[in-house]
Amino acid sequence: MGGITFGYLARRLTVFFLTIWISATLIWLIPRVAPGDPISAMVARMTRQAGYVENSDVIIEGWKARFGLNDPLPVQYLRYLGNIIRLDFGYSLAFFPTPVNEIIGRALPWTVGLLLVAITITFLLGNFLGALLAWRQTPRLIKYIIPLGMIFTSIPSILAALFLIYVFAYMLDWFPMIGSYARGMQPAFNMEFIASVIKHGTLPALSIVLVSFGYWTLGMRGMMVTVEGEDYMHLARAKGLNPFYVLYRYMVRNAILPQVTALAITLGTLVSGQVLVEYIFSYQGMGTVIFTAIRNQDYTVIQGASFFVIVLTALSVLIIDLIYPMIDPRITYERK
Amino acid sequence: MTESKEARHPVLKVRDLKVYYETPKGDVLAVDGINFDLYEGETLGLVGESGCGKSTAAMGILQLVVPPGRIAGGEVLLEGHSLLGLPENMLRSIRWIKLALIPQGAMNSLNPTMKVCDQIKDVIIAHEGKRARKDIRQRILKLLATVGLPGRVYDMYPHELSGGMKQRVCIAMAIALNPTIIIADEATSALDVVVQRIVAQTLLKVKQALGVSMIMIGHDMGLMAQMVDRIAVMYAGKIVEIAPVADLFANPRHPYSQLLIESIPSLKERKPLKITEGITHDPRNPPPGCIFQLRCPFVMDKCRVVAPPGLEVKPGQIVACHLYQENKDGSMVNVANAAGNT
Repeated sequence: MGGITFGYLARRLTVFFLTIWISATLIWLIPRVAPGDPISAMVARMTRQAGYVENSDVIIEGWKARFGLNDPLPVQYLRYLGNIIRLDFGYSLAFFPTPVNEIIGRALPWTVGLLLVAITITFLLGNFLGALLAWRQTPRLIKYIIPLGMIFTSIPSILAALFLIYVFAYMLDWFPMIGSYARGMQPAFNMEFIASVIKHGTLPALSIVLVSFGYWTLGMRGMMVTVEGEDYMHLARAKGLNPFYVLYRYMVRNAILPQVTALAITLGTLVSGQVLVEYIFSYQGMGTVIFTAIRNQDYTVIQGASFFVIVLTALSVLIIDLIYPMIDPRITYERK
Repeated sequence: MTESKEARHPVLKVRDLKVYYETPKGDVLAVDGINFDLYEGETLGLVGESGCGKSTAAMGILQLVVPPGRIAGGEVLLEGHSLLGLPENMLRSIRWIKLALIPQGAMNSLNPTMKVCDQIKDVIIAHEGKRARKDIRQRILKLLATVGLPGRVYDMYPHELSGGMKQRVCIAMAIALNPTIIIADEATSALDVVVQRIVAQTLLKVKQALGVSMIMIGHDMGLMAQMVDRIAVMYAGKIVEIAPVADLFANPRHPYSQLLIESIPSLKERKPLKITEGITHDPRNPPPGCIFQLRCPFVMDKCRVVAPPGLEVKPGQIVACHLYQENKDGSMVNVANAAGNT
């Protein structure tokens, strides 16, 4: 266990930074290929607000010079990389004097919190139900009920979110419709605030859990059936062990391994799936930030937010990769 | 081995055991009414070609038949008590203490996510309750030493062991609780001959040290000849002949046993393989009469109608074949020879 060497760590970190570098390059490249540009978007916005902008040509030229857009592309690119290394994404175009980092800094903890809770619940619940579905000793009634709960898997998360809002916020009024915490409340580390955060986070988290746990249930069920047919299960039964012990130490322990791999693979999708859910609930996370920025053609924010989401995903995959040898003894990164 | 039969007492009695597998086209009669006794301290070999129901018979004895299989009838008596119909928690307390298994395909029989020591430990704790860690460690190390494994195996994972080592871990596991009976299901068939020899020697050593009764399942007649006291030949779900090993090799009575023994390759001469002649019937729909009629070189009209009952042609040698008949004075006669002589 813990068979991670410095050599492996170095190689894995290289891949990590390579991923981030390539994504950063794409984030930089795509707006330069796509139609429209930040400055004309800004001028358009000013025109909308003021009706007419005097000397717009001069303004455009002035900005171009200020943003360094007249420099050759390689110079711009290197400067961009330099900024990224210092995690400097400039200012928001839509909310001009606000730095991008400030916007992201406000939103990131909410997204990480919501995502962590939602994915943990989804993964644990999904695998637990999948294991029950495949286990021979599970009461038959439970085996009939679980698939019914998986109906939500086939609908998009936004519809689930709307459904939850309608039932639990509008009809029953159990949970608030929107927001991350009660309006007018000052973020503080006290019971009252935490309770409010949990109350506000329940429906967004639930809409993510509802639509994605079925994926894990089905995957786990399949893996459990495969494990069931393994020779070591046969021996485990012949040994006369406690059936619950056999369930978790022999079956689940082995069936869960590919599920963890799948978690690393689908993490990116899970993150992007949260964007719309956050927006629907006006949850003040990265999803809302990205959505608003796209609507406002707020290029710098889109760039910064995308970059952080990518780093977040890559980091999670890295962590899963590094803990994998601890859960599967057959995987070691040690060269003996 | 030379003791008289009366002096020994059977630890396991199998009576008319039937294990069927359900398929959409009808039941596969994998084990169709087998009878035998296993005496205290003896090793019984169960041989036959692939698919004849050897392993299924073992699962039937161990009460480990899983759907679509089911025990369709018969009795399994362990020290006089019936195992069939026992509730699972009762069975669980008997398992491994009375009936241990050395599994087929030891390559995959160990849990890949548990250390060797933990896999032996869990069976000890499950049946004897929690023990001091130090005592259990000593005990497991002793078990590993018994099967000729070094102490470092204790902390290893299955994937770090070779096939032969894994098989010996399985043997160590099987003897952990000093079971009454060990069923070795093709314990050596996945191994090359050199490792086979080591594992077979380990088995013999363990058996002699513990005096345990053993059922050895396999199809290697040469290995059987060296390892077992009595041998039961299975064909298509039935035991066609059961005899002391020396008698079976010297004078096999059932035509199938004869073919099996003839098929053992000889170093001195090359001979054609006879056993492949004829086809095996559909196991869902066995023909009336003798089970071997389609492949038997001596098949008679009677064989196609009446199933042959077991006949003790010689003390301890029971054959199910119409070729042998009991005379009025109790002596045995071979119908084919008798017809030829007169």
